[in-house]
Amino acid sequence: MLILTKEEAQALMKKVLAFSKADECEVNLTGSNAGNVRYARNSVSTSGGISQMSLAVASAFGKKLGIATINELDDASLEKVVRRSEELAQLAPENPEFVSFLGPQKYAEPVTFIPATAAITPKLRADNVAASLKVARDAKAIAAGFLEDNSGFSAMMNSHGLFAYNTTTYTNFSITVRTEDGKGSGYATRGFNDVAKLDTKAATEIAIEKAVKSATAKAIEPGKYTVILEPAAAAVLLENIFFALDARQADEGRSFLSLPGGKTRQGEKLMDERVNIYSDPLNPELPTSTWTNDGRPQEKTTWIEKGVVKNLTFSRYWAEKKGVKGIPSPDAFIMEGGTKSVAELIKGTKKGILVTRLWYIRTVDPQSLLLTGLTRDGTFYIENGEIKYPIKNFRFNESPIIMLNNLEELGKVERTVSVESNTNYLLPPLKIRDFTFSSLSDAV
Amino acid sequence: MKRRDFIQLAGMGAGAMMLPMDGFTQIVDPSRMLDPLLDASQKKVLADVALNTTKSLGATYTDVRIGRYLNQFVITREKKVQNIVNTESYGVGIRVIANGTWGFAASNNVTTEGMKKTAERAVAIAKANSKFQKEPVKLAATPSYGEVSWKTPQTKNGFEVPVKEKVDLLLAANAKALEKGANFVNSQMFLVNEQKYFASSEGSYIDQDIYRIFPNFAVTMIDRASGQFKNRPAFAAPMGMGYEYMDGKAEDKILLPGGVTTYNKSYDMIEDAGFAAEQAKQMIAAKSVEPGKYDLVLEPSHLWLTIHESVGHPTELDRVLGYEANYAGTSFLTLDKWQTKKFNFGSKQVNFVADKTQVGSLGAVGYDDEGVKCKSWDLIKDGILVNYQAIRDQVGIIGQSESHGCCYSQSWADVQFQRMANVSLQPGKEQLTPAQMIAGVEKGVYIVKDSSFSIDQQRYNFQFGGVLFFEIKNGKIEGMLKDVAYQANSQEFWNSCAQVCDARDYRVPGAFNDGKGQPGQINAVSHGSATARFNGVNVINTARTI
Repeated sequence: MLILTKEEAQALMKKVLAFSKADECEVNLTGSNAGNVRYARNSVSTSGGISQMSLAVASAFGKKLGIATINELDDASLEKVVRRSEELAQLAPENPEFVSFLGPQKYAEPVTFIPATAAITPKLRADNVAASLKVARDAKAIAAGFLEDNSGFSAMMNSHGLFAYNTTTYTNFSITVRTEDGKGSGYATRGFNDVAKLDTKAATEIAIEKAVKSATAKAIEPGKYTVILEPAAAAVLLENIFFALDARQADEGRSFLSLPGGKTRQGEKLMDERVNIYSDPLNPELPTSTWTNDGRPQEKTTWIEKGVVKNLTFSRYWAEKKGVKGIPSPDAFIMEGGTKSVAELIKGTKKGILVTRLWYIRTVDPQSLLLTGLTRDGTFYIENGEIKYPIKNFRFNESPIIMLNNLEELGKVERTVSVESNTNYLLPPLKIRDFTFSSLSDAV
Repeated sequence: MKRRDFIQLAGMGAGAMMLPMDGFTQIVDPSRMLDPLLDASQKKVLADVALNTTKSLGATYTDVRIGRYLNQFVITREKKVQNIVNTESYGVGIRVIANGTWGFAASNNVTTEGMKKTAERAVAIAKANSKFQKEPVKLAATPSYGEVSWKTPQTKNGFEVPVKEKVDLLLAANAKALEKGANFVNSQMFLVNEQKYFASSEGSYIDQDIYRIFPNFAVTMIDRASGQFKNRPAFAAPMGMGYEYMDGKAEDKILLPGGVTTYNKSYDMIEDAGFAAEQAKQMIAAKSVEPGKYDLVLEPSHLWLTIHESVGHPTELDRVLGYEANYAGTSFLTLDKWQTKKFNFGSKQVNFVADKTQVGSLGAVGYDDEGVKCKSWDLIKDGILVNYQAIRDQVGIIGQSESHGCCYSQSWADVQFQRMANVSLQPGKEQLTPAQMIAGVEKGVYIVKDSSFSIDQQRYNFQFGGVLFFEIKNGKIEGMLKDVAYQANSQEFWNSCAQVCDARDYRVPGAFNDGKGQPGQINAVSHGSATARFNGVNVINTARTI
């Protein structure tokens, strides 16, 4: 077990700072226990476990910064790593963007650690995988999946009196099920801080259902369609907005949020007024750290309100240069939704396409945030409120900004995982009109 | 790659590069990188401790990898040095077969005691996992090579070049771009050294010293009046070379149609930064493409990525068999297609060779990470699918007795598995230059350098962008285009390949960090080609207004 208590971490880091001779010194300490099981073709292919702890020391002389790391924590090693960071700082060129370390901060008490997840045993992992494999084999389907969990702590302290500590746990699970003839494929993904909420059997059953129902898909013409994006599909599009909220990029004129003449779109209504996006580190369904690794507090923040861009993310350097408080980028985003389930959204759709997963998302044009990618693992044609038949996969070319202007309806929010970034979000299913599919794919 | 796997190093602003770091990777002083730590004979003594331990515990096969992985990153923007980081990761990974099942364990304790304990753990894991095993692992035979060594051919070790020299070069390139009117320029130099010692229970003791280099930049030009912006990346390739790649020799400069300069076996970063600023300005002013069918003339700095996605990945046997179904996907090149011996992957001009030996390529090593001597082999011959990429425990499945030698692990701490070899399009046999090729095109687009890319999970449908696009009308280049992307189906696309330029035009660009597996691992791989022509490909216009 490598999870140090708050007091242990504090005592260790005080010892490190006592060795410092630099103008400023900051220490980051992390440790974690992680485990995973991978399976394919209905059989376990690899499994692994790793425990690690690392201490990073940043020493600064004026605007010269040196960083050194170590994973041995005896007194001699601690002194050695401090000296090495100081030597590297003396050798480094001045960094005009260096900002003096922060003083003491107030952080909310984080709610990211669940003891049951930290207590996962190899047997529990094996049982969770066995439950998934059993339903797949019983259905005469072929399963490939990945189960991972992690429990850890992080702490930081600096010579200006800042101290922060947090513990966290999470488990992520993803499962792809294919029919024996290779004509159908289904997928499900789940992410939780609390392993007790993870039901690998239920998730695998959803993937099996999608695999079976998506077999013998028909080709329909590419074009503009009304789509219902399940949260896992919405996530990989929306996160491209989340990742591009950097104020410096916008101010410099190289972002979708830039306007001619050095202005930005902060304060502008850029999407449908039902779009509300925020972050909240204390949300019980998606808790995240209450501080960043540069020591800034993470607080509940509104990013998009009634379709208006309210806030951008700032590095400490850019915030100082611009003379603003400068909110850091959050660890997770939440989008407000409505009350309808996916089934209810389908019921209210005259003609449309249900997209359960999108894949291989890449930016085509950063100026308009135009993205391309494909549907995968279950795409269905909807007519008069019912799923009529499975359809072949499409490639799309669409900007999530244009998409959020073509919003028809928001469904009920749920926690989902991005297959692209592995980040967890709370997102609703989205019903969108005029979503642009540009070509057909033969892939199953 | 997972965001959690990265720590953002202090002192770097948001939007700056995130460096991959795990708990075993340490930031070190650059002088330490030239200290060899242990010599081959000391590593052999340690490896033998592990081999004897696993044997005594009943393992039927063992390989030991003592690895030291060094990275240097130099990162600048405009007139500022943003970061200089030297990292080292050192440890041992031990893989065994016991009860017919693989087991793997790794440790950063490279001592007699550490070897023994890690060896014991690997055997215990194999025995525990054997409960899940349906049939025992079968390894294709490979010769015992005894004590051998291999080193990347290089004339200048990049780790011996003072960091100041690299900083000065990057800042000089930035200055050149700014002088030519660039609004912003971010530049980086990445150096990699893998010191790998492999020992197996079959009597091979292989000591390898592998180097890679990747200079890169992004020059940004903004038209303040319209708000349009364009980024032009470096026309450098990541290479399996030493610092001599930065020499920028005159004989390695190539003037392409359209007046574009590109580079072959060495790179002139300062000159290219100036060209980048000029071209970024032209990219903004370029004409928006009319969508429709065009004949595409694809330059090697662009075509490598199309090869990587549509040929490299679908010919990986583990994808074909379904081992990557939950992540990277499967493949349209199923075994039944290969078994017919007449599956027409491409036109007669299309010949693909996989190799791990090409000098200067990212994939070149003497031996792979399971001790197989590297070689080259045909994947597509005269347009027909003839083979896959497979390793020791896979080749038996396709009725072959010799591993292809393309097993790789990104570090000592990760288990090795099948990774892509260099997969390269062979040059045409007829004498043909890019200019002659363009002269034969009535309505086409000439594309230089890769950009946006996306392909489905079975590798049928793809879409690629690019950096420089030139309109070809009646055999002549008419000026620059923008908003271009092309879409095709892999098999149709390679069957539309009408011509490939000759060997004089052959170059080997590549990918420094290709991802695969869960948990993810990276691999460096090159894809050689000469300029090639594809007839009647669907081009779309990507311009949108928000």
